[in-house]
Formats: sequence, C-alpha cells, structure tokens
Amino acid sequence: MLKIKRVPTVVSNYQKDESADESVGCGRNCLGACCINGARLPLYACKKLDKSGVGEKPVAFLESLVLGEWEDRFQRGLFRYDVTACETKVIPGKYGFVAQLNEGRHLKKRPTEFRVDKVLQSFDGNKFNFTKVGQEELLFQFEAGEDGEVQFFPCMPLDAENSPSVVAINVSPIEYGHVLLIPRVLDCLPQRIDHKSLLLALHMAAEAANPYFRLGYNSLGAFATINHLHFQAYYLAMPFPLEKAPSKKMVTTASGVKISELLSYPVRSLLFEGGSSMQDLSDTVSDACVCLQNNNIPFNILIADCGRQIFLMPQCYAEKQALGEVSPEVLETQVNPAVWEISGHMVLKRKEDYEGASEENAWRLLAEASLSEERFKEVNALIFEAIGCSYQEEELEGTVVEQDNPSGSVNQKSNRTHGGPITNGTASECLVLQ
Amino acid sequence: MSITQSSASLFTTATEEKEGAFNARYSLWIKEALDELPHSFTITDPFISGHPIVFASPGFLKMTGYSREEVIGRNGRAFQGPKTNRRSIMEIREAIREERSVQVSILNYRKSGSPFWMLFHMIPVFGNGDGRVIHFVAVQVPISGQKMRNGSGCSELVFGSCRREVCLGSYVHQERALPVECDEQELENWEHCEASESEKLKSAEAVGNVLSVLTRYSEFAGRLVCGKRSCLRVADCLSSSLVISLGRIKQSFVLTNPYLPDMPIVYASDAFLTLTGYKRHEVLGQNCRFLSGVDTDSSVLYEMKECILKGQPCTVQILNYSNRKDKSTFWNLLHISPVRNASGKTAYFVGVQMEASCKDIESKELRPETRQLSVVGAVRVAVRSSFMVTC
Repeated sequence: MLKIKRVPTVVSNYQKDESADESVGCGRNCLGACCINGARLPLYACKKLDKSGVGEKPVAFLESLVLGEWEDRFQRGLFRYDVTACETKVIPGKYGFVAQLNEGRHLKKRPTEFRVDKVLQSFDGNKFNFTKVGQEELLFQFEAGEDGEVQFFPCMPLDAENSPSVVAINVSPIEYGHVLLIPRVLDCLPQRIDHKSLLLALHMAAEAANPYFRLGYNSLGAFATINHLHFQAYYLAMPFPLEKAPSKKMVTTASGVKISELLSYPVRSLLFEGGSSMQDLSDTVSDACVCLQNNNIPFNILIADCGRQIFLMPQCYAEKQALGEVSPEVLETQVNPAVWEISGHMVLKRKEDYEGASEENAWRLLAEASLSEERFKEVNALIFEAIGCSYQEEELEGTVVEQDNPSGSVNQKSNRTHGGPITNGTASECLVLQ
Repeated sequence: MSITQSSASLFTTATEEKEGAFNARYSLWIKEALDELPHSFTITDPFISGHPIVFASPGFLKMTGYSREEVIGRNGRAFQGPKTNRRSIMEIREAIREERSVQVSILNYRKSGSPFWMLFHMIPVFGNGDGRVIHFVAVQVPISGQKMRNGSGCSELVFGSCRREVCLGSYVHQERALPVECDEQELENWEHCEASESEKLKSAEAVGNVLSVLTRYSEFAGRLVCGKRSCLRVADCLSSSLVISLGRIKQSFVLTNPYLPDMPIVYASDAFLTLTGYKRHEVLGQNCRFLSGVDTDSSVLYEMKECILKGQPCTVQILNYSNRKDKSTFWNLLHISPVRNASGKTAYFVGVQMEASCKDIESKELRPETRQLSVVGAVRVAVRSSFMVTC
C-alpha cells in the first residue's frame, strides 16, 4: 500500500479533520436527511441538444448565474480569503505559465495520510463528503434538460427523488468563480468517471459558453481531495499553457472523435475533440477513463474550449512521491500537480517560490508527474483498445502497425518527421475491431 | 428609435453608427481611399461592444460573397464554422487579447456556406497620442490547394508556378500538387493548410498598404495612428482587451479610477448611456455626481463616500437625473464595489445601476440582485486577467 502525507485543501467550511464527524442532528443546514426537507435552490436545466457553431459572445445566462451567486457568497464572507487579493502573474517564457502567490489556500495543519495506490475506492460516508456542506455553499442545481430550451427555476426544492446535481462554491478558491460541480450529490458516488457525469460536465462547459471557464477533474491518486464525485471549474481569462501546446493527431474514431497527443509539453497527454455529437466525444473520453480506472492509473481531465476539447493526462507523481523518487526541491514547494497545475496554473504558498517562479521550474515540477514515453505508449495502447481503435504509425512509404506489447516497451522506433500520419480527409485512420 | 421601424432600416442605422465611429477618427475620403486598395481586408473597433467590423474592403466582400450591410457590425467569428481549427481560433483570440499581430492559416466560410482556406494576418493599430489600440486591421489572403507535406524537399518557388496553373482550373499532374477542383468536404477535413512564402509576403504587403492609408488620413485629421505603440498607454486609458471583455456585459455599469483626481469614470457601458441618456464622450473623465441633482439625498451620497474610502461594497437607493429627452429622474438601486487587479490591489471601483422600477421578478429570469452582482463578478474576472498580459 502506497501512501503520502499532504495537507488536504479545504473546499467547504464544514470540512473538518477526517476523524471528528458527527452525522446526526447537525443543525448546520446540510444536505443530509437531517436538514434536506425544505431545501431550495435555483435550478438551471440546460438544453439537451448540442450547441453547434459559433457561440454568442455576450455573457451567457449560466455565466451570469455562476458569477452572480458567487459574488453574493463572496460579499457574505463565505470564502476563507479574498482570492482577488492574491498576487498573480504570467511567468515570462514561451508557454506563459500562470503563478499565484496564495499563502492562505493551504492550512498550516498537519498533513494527513492519503492512500495513493488505488484509483477506485468505495465511498465512505464517515469521511467528509458533499452531503455535509452547508446549503449556503450551494449555488444552484444543474441538469441536462428534457426539452430543447434552457429552463431556469429560481426556487426549486431539492428533491432526492430527482437525483439532483448541484454546483457549490470552493471555499479555498484558486481563482474568482471557483466552483464544484457535484453530479447526483445525494447518490454519494465515489470519485470516478462515469458516462452520465462526464456528459453533465461537458454540458456545463458548453452552456457557460466561455472558453476561459474550464472544468477539471482529479482522480484518486492524482490529488483528488475528497472521494465524492466532483468536477471543479473557475474563470481565468487567458489561455492555459496546456491549451497552447501543439498536438499531433493519432487517430479518428468511428464516431468522428479525433485523438491527438500533445507535443513538447512536460506532461504527456491526450487531446480528444470532435465527434458527431457531444455525447460521442463524452462517451469516448469516458471509455478511456474507465479503462484507466480499471487499470489503476491515476489521471486528470481538463475540459476546455466550451467543451470542445478534452485533455486526458495520466500521471504518476503521487506514486513517485510515496516511493521517495521526487526531487527534494520540487517536494519543498508543496505544489501537488493536480489538473490546474498540470494545465499550467501554479498556486504557490511561499513567497520565494513565487518570486523565483520560472518556466524551467514549472516544467521540472510537471515533468515529475508525467508518465515516461514508454509507459505513455503502453497506456495509450490500453486506451485505444478500450475505445475500439487501432493506432497505426505510418511512414511515408509504408504502413507499420504498432504492436500491443503488454510486457512494456514498444521497440518500433517511430520514424516521424514533421507531421505524423498524412492527413487525408476521407479515409478514416481507425480500424474498428470486431 | 421607434419600434415601428422595419428591421432592415434598423440594421442600416446600426451600420451607419459603426461606420460613423470609424469616420470620426480619420479625415474625409478615408473610405474611398481604402476602397481603392485591391486587397481583402477588414478593420475592427475593439472599443465598440462586440468588437465588430467597421470597414470591409470590396475585395473582402467579393471573396466572401456578403454585402457591406451584412458584414459591418459583425464580429470576425461570423465567418468561422464548425470545421474551423479551434487552435487557430484561439491564436487569433489571444493575439487580440495581447494586442499583438498574428499570421495564421484558417478555414473560413463564404455566404454560400462553402469553405475556403486563407492566410489571416492581423495587426493592431495604435493611436499616437494615447498609445492605445484603436483598431485591428485584418488581411485575408486565400491559400490555394496545397496541403502540408511531411519533410517535403521541394522549395516553395517551384510550387509557385505549378500553383498558378492549378488556380486557373486546369488539372496539372504533379507528384505533390492537387487539382483545384477538390472536394469541399476534403477542404474542411484538412488539418492544416500551409501558406506559401509568396502568400505570406502578399499579406504583409497588404497590411502595409492599409496601414499607410490609415496613417496618411489620420495625419490629415490630426490624430495620428501607427503600427507601433509609440508611447506607453496613458494611465486612465483601458487596454483594448479589457474594453472587449467589458463589452460583453450588457447591463448598465461604470468603472471609476480612485487614483485619478475626483475619481472619474474611465469606462461606461452602452446600457449606462442608454439609461442615463448621455453620450460616451460626455461621461468619460467625469465624476458620477453629474447624475445627482437637487432632490438627491445627500446622506446617501455620504454613505457611498464612506464605503468607497473604506474600500467596502455597498448598495444604495439614490435619485438620479437623466439626460433623456424627457429629462426624467429615476430611482437608481446602485451597487458599488472595489475591484482588484492582478497585483491584488484595488484598481477601480465598479458601479452597477439598476432602475428601481425594473425590480419585478420575471419567473424565468435571474433575480435582479443576482444579475447586478453578476456584473461585479464579470468585471472582477476581466480586470484581474487584463493586468496579467505578458509583455
């Protein structure tokens, strides 16, 4: 069993030490059976149909709802600190990593132990979960609508029968508007990706209609703090380095989803985009995630470009940390490479780390989280098999089929020059296995 | 504007409005001079909400198949479509945000819906006096049917001559050239379409020509523009990217600068101008007190001043005097809050106005208070990020 010690981020004002937790008659206006009767929240039901084409640029309704409710909680003092008072800058360099000096985000508490070698762990009702948050921390309910129209109900009762999904504030925000999307909160799902939940997250990205509002996901073992299914999101009106990294197409699936690998980025990642519908894109990524989960490979997901691009980053930092393989300088910064860090947004707690933040440092930290070239190829092979796809590395003259080699290294040296497979619009480059 | 006007004439008025803003910067006959250029190009104004096109050359209209009225007032995104590469879209967006030039191949769509590849070359145009970006000029050079090749050893000049023949429509059998009659579906599915060196030179030349005309005619008007920022942007001048972000917010609000004498308005939304009946040039640089009058409660004004000094948000109900035709007064439910920039310090105050009579809650709408706060939130995001732009 591999474990590391770290200080968990406090995302709710009701999140206490793992040990101390009462569950009866709490009087805190939570979501447990004790308090849920009479709970009401605004409900935003988005369109079932895909949004296609170019979005309308004025602030979308959902964005107004998120910002308005967030600002309300902000002015009511529900956050542990004013994130807009935290100095932030773009680190000079080619990629534009974003650094923030935030001394208040991480508590000065004793770090607790986290098991990092199991991506799938059962939900534990005794630990902190989102049924224990105070209702004031919830902003609204969010669901995929039945009809073609967006529907908004300012004051809808929270009905357990409907399995509501909610959006809550993160009381230790990384940026303004930092929220948590908790699918089917009362169902108490553990932190693992399933098709329905990922699709809900994509819907939210699309409805927000703002490329600077991304959703992120951390699996267990990839620095998820709470084992209760949730996504995170916030506003940062500039591109993440991850989004700027060049990519090379690998395959296109039968449903039209294009899968690329990122080039010259410290963390080896896959990019999923396209698909004949949002559902196709979502299902393909979900299949890939389920595969990673079943193979106990920790990963992070970034949903970007209003849900049109999904980055999948398998990682191994926690495992390395538990085995004592991470360099001391990197460990000292106490930066855990979760989805936002891997995307290029670094929250630093020490002034000297902030002052001395450089692209090299950021690169070095993130590179520790990345899978090796070899391991990445293995993992990709697993993913492609799970999706029902075969990746062919083509050379200019002939076709070389990459072998699935479970024992590890792929000994075929790729002979790519600039572009990889010659793109040729009509022929699908994917063999669908029977 | 009466509601009985047909939509066609409404649209024309909007077009004229936008073109009027463009004309104001330059001397007379600027349009005619630009019309004489053979290139396809557009000029956009980041200071108008939506960052719309305010000038489109005849070459552009011919290339895309639209009429002038259909293009003026639209944002450049209107010519993109479902197969336009997302990365290219991002590159353009980021160049605008960072106020720098960009040259990128991108797939666009004509009015007919047919796709075409072009080299998009955009530059910012700076006002000489205040150092801010006043326009973006975008040139479009169609790229002929060459796909990106892997490690192709052929020089571009060789392709140049082949391509001319290809462009004329005859099928030339070359090892690596493509017939011009290729499937539109194919066009859309190309990952990328590299522009040749000559095409890139063409775009640079076009950009230079447009800039020359603008410079010359701005000189005549005494308000010089140029392609390079000649001085640091003046303190009370918001960056064009901040203005573009603020332009997305459709409610009435202002930004004031507490560090300038008498805390003047440095930004006013279109909705604010509509609500108060003033023109933008009448309010910029002024303190908000021009909205108060004889019957405005001075204790409320005092309360506001106190909150501002303490750096705290506050909401007050205040009687304001409009400059609308009827010179009516209105009850303004005003919310004020300090807004910080990336350094973490207060940079501006935001004031969000809500006409009290608009407080009726429609069942399917956001509560007015929520909507008001959403403006504050959107401003916070915009201001924080705009100060983080890489130099």
